[in-house]
Amino acid sequence: MYYEAIVIGVSSGGMKALKFLSSSLPKYFSIPIIIVQHLSAQSDSQWIHLLNDKSHLNVKEADEKEKITKGYIYIAPPNYHLMIEKDKTFSLTIDERVNFARPSIDVLFESAAEVFKNKLISIVLTGSNSDGTNGIIRIKKYGGLAIIQDPTTAESEYMPKSAIAAIIPDYVLSLEKIIELLLTIDQKNK
Amino acid sequence: MRNKETSDLEISLLLEAIYQKHGYDFREYSQAHIKRRIMNRMAVSQFEDVAEIQSKVLNDATFTSELLQDLSITVTEMFRDPLFYRSLRENVIPILKTYPFIKIWHAGCSTGEEAYSMAILLQEEGLYDRTTIYATDFNQMALNRAKDGIFSNKMIKEYTSNYQLAGGKESFSNYYTSNYDHVIMNQSLKKNIVWANHNLVTDSVFAEVNLILCRNVLIYFDKNLQNKVQTLFYNSLINGGVLCLGSKESLRFSDLYAHYIELDTKQRIFKKKY
Repeated sequence: MYYEAIVIGVSSGGMKALKFLSSSLPKYFSIPIIIVQHLSAQSDSQWIHLLNDKSHLNVKEADEKEKITKGYIYIAPPNYHLMIEKDKTFSLTIDERVNFARPSIDVLFESAAEVFKNKLISIVLTGSNSDGTNGIIRIKKYGGLAIIQDPTTAESEYMPKSAIAAIIPDYVLSLEKIIELLLTIDQKNK
Repeated sequence: MRNKETSDLEISLLLEAIYQKHGYDFREYSQAHIKRRIMNRMAVSQFEDVAEIQSKVLNDATFTSELLQDLSITVTEMFRDPLFYRSLRENVIPILKTYPFIKIWHAGCSTGEEAYSMAILLQEEGLYDRTTIYATDFNQMALNRAKDGIFSNKMIKEYTSNYQLAGGKESFSNYYTSNYDHVIMNQSLKKNIVWANHNLVTDSVFAEVNLILCRNVLIYFDKNLQNKVQTLFYNSLINGGVLCLGSKESLRFSDLYAHYIELDTKQRIFKKKY
């Protein structure tokens, strides 16, 4: 199986998880990563620069019309939904909040499912609401891979639990094990 | 959730039908956005497939007007991105002050929140009496609501905080009257706003203006349409006029980039060269 992208949804407790994830992946990691982290509308991009400084990959905010490229970790900008177009570029919208969130994980996941179908890996991490659950249902429907952080290891268990209740996940793992799994998948991703 | 996959071909045929029958052109909009809206409509109205929507578009005027609401962008707020308005005060107001009369075009004004924000700002800067704000949208229902100037009070707390962060000089509550669960904007804010139906995609140059604000509209368009609308803006601005885009919208990839100076790179404020 050749995977074209990884989408990640994360909410409360996410900063720590993302710091760990972005600093653990090696330079040669070849699958682009696209992340929605719930944030306040006014937050600046300072934390993205910090992630980028500690990562072997390029961490940046996703720009509209930007082409999704390997070697990058993209983060949805605050107060915009992030979507993926058929030509594998990003779109931003200011549509209504979904699950009280903008960016919403469901919006990213659903549009990624439509584009990448079964060539998509999705990951739901720590969080205290159910955003991401509808999205991961759509991803499973299209044959994508669903990885969920083991709720007992998540800072906030609600979001991973909500996703597990809705689908049959392919993996339920701690963050450390998720990274090991991603490295294994990446080795075979040719 | 439906099982049948919504094909991109079905959607493009639907958009063609909307255009040919009603003249509204969504064919160069971001496809992901359109698809999401149409899938939402199918879920709400429990349609089996896109073809069902298409036949309704051809035969049912009430349904068509609902669908147009689905496809248009009506999310907006007062003083959205307060730091943008702060920059407007610092960098653009001094330019406007040099003109005896000022014309401003709010393109894609939706329900009017940003046009009212501009009226407030101009009043505080002593410029409103010599200004005309043309606030345009293709969505007549949104325009009618804008004209009424009645907004839900649920958002007022957030708007007040935006207003303060934007460098507001008064108490925000001076600008509206509360009435049950709504607020009504002051009559004095409305007097120089002209609300007009104009479609950025299909209509031509609207007026010659000193300042254009079009924030978070272009993100819904594909590259080709973005360039077309940028040309429209360029041709509508006087030399030395100012263009304001949304905080994630760029001119950098437009053919016209070389014809502007960046007044505030972060807040996306551009000045047309002489």
